[in-house]
Amino acid sequence: MQKITRDQLVSKASELLSNGTVCCVLGWGMGEFDYDVTPTVFNTVEELNNGFVFNDFCGANFSKYLVSKAAKCDGKILVLLKPCDTYSFNQLLTEHRFDREKVYVVGIPCEGMADVSKVKAICGEGILAISSNGDNINVTTLYDENPIVINAADVLAERCVNCKSKKHVAYDELLGDEGEVIESNRFDEVARLEAMSADERFAFWQNELSRCIRCNACRDACPACTCEKCVFDNPNSGVENKSPANSFEEKLFHIIRAYHVAGRCTDCGECSRVCPQNIPLHLLNRKFIKDINEFYGDYQAGEEVGMRAPLVNYTTEDLEPGEVFDRGADNA
Amino acid sequence: MQVNEYKPLIVAFCCNWCSYAGADLAGNNRLAYPADVKIIRVPCSCRVNPMFILRAFQRGADGVIICGCHPGDCHYTSGNYYTRRRMAALFSMLDYLGIEKERTRVEWVSAAEGAKFAATMNDFAKTVASLGENKRLEDLRCKK
Repeated sequence: MQKITRDQLVSKASELLSNGTVCCVLGWGMGEFDYDVTPTVFNTVEELNNGFVFNDFCGANFSKYLVSKAAKCDGKILVLLKPCDTYSFNQLLTEHRFDREKVYVVGIPCEGMADVSKVKAICGEGILAISSNGDNINVTTLYDENPIVINAADVLAERCVNCKSKKHVAYDELLGDEGEVIESNRFDEVARLEAMSADERFAFWQNELSRCIRCNACRDACPACTCEKCVFDNPNSGVENKSPANSFEEKLFHIIRAYHVAGRCTDCGECSRVCPQNIPLHLLNRKFIKDINEFYGDYQAGEEVGMRAPLVNYTTEDLEPGEVFDRGADNA
Repeated sequence: MQVNEYKPLIVAFCCNWCSYAGADLAGNNRLAYPADVKIIRVPCSCRVNPMFILRAFQRGADGVIICGCHPGDCHYTSGNYYTRRRMAALFSMLDYLGIEKERTRVEWVSAAEGAKFAATMNDFAKTVASLGENKRLEDLRCKK
């Protein structure tokens, strides 16, 4: 499915490592299976040749890794960024979370990543190997000698179905062609929920959020969540435990998690990707983005370095909090 | 046997410079407002973290109201403008999660508006009482 191959990336990374431009490479390494690709730091060309992978499951957004890694590295660090990752990269730069001089960005084209839970929904469990074959994906399972062939478009991750941009907004070097910002329908699902009655929405979110196991993966993977001290790490906060499914605790966690990145969220979709319970967390973030766009004008976090986020800004003409609902009544 | 009438518990975050003084004025003028309104004084309405509001609900509040200086009159110049944006985003999110939107409110009350303070609290208490007990936001672990 991807236009760029693993070998192209390895040769580019090896070249930059050998000529001393960079001292290490932040890339994707093989996990236990073909579909659990793990972010890995490669220090030598041998490590790259042996361990580097690039396939349809390289969803991880590396921007956040730069916060800790760029400070530790002596030289430059090479990072491979897909278009949506570059928005997070710019947002972190805006917040002065790492030194731009210590990073060498290679922009790589992305044709959309696959979601393994969608693959499993079609092929079942027991996946031994997955390989890409043009527009199709071949899946070999324990239970069948012949690979199951599925259309790559059918298993595209939710965030890639509604891809907002194939344009790299930050790079030192670009592999492939410059892409463009895409008109996506990413707010359709939010609008569908908004059109429901309050009781239906409550039931929907109760159902979704009660599955939360409080693993904090959404927080840990989010490139906007880079506070060194997190409000949820406070043992006195009373939120470290799992609460009964019918209680409010999971909503408190998720409202605050989404709220803390409101206006800074680039809608990269990492929260939903890493969620082991498949909770559609991006719908919370998108609600904030949609609201901010409607209330204060269109804003895409990370589009440029140095933009001022809407919630740390104001005008004297802003709408009153009570008017938010009047607006909703008009739309309904 | 006495039948207890349901009385909502309301938390009011009042800014030190305008609304808290407004509440004081309401008291001085002997204007009645429900005793179920518990006032928490904050230095500025923008001191109110969204977590405060959710925590109040979790621990049994039935309604939360935030009072600050009128836009343009903030003691710290611009605090209430930030409050306005933050609360617009938060209230919209609470509504999105299916929580009754009448339980939260922001009102601008100046130090000279004792009557407005009392009227606002009476009105808000009535609205919240008509909604009944807060079931959707409470947390059994936090309640005594």
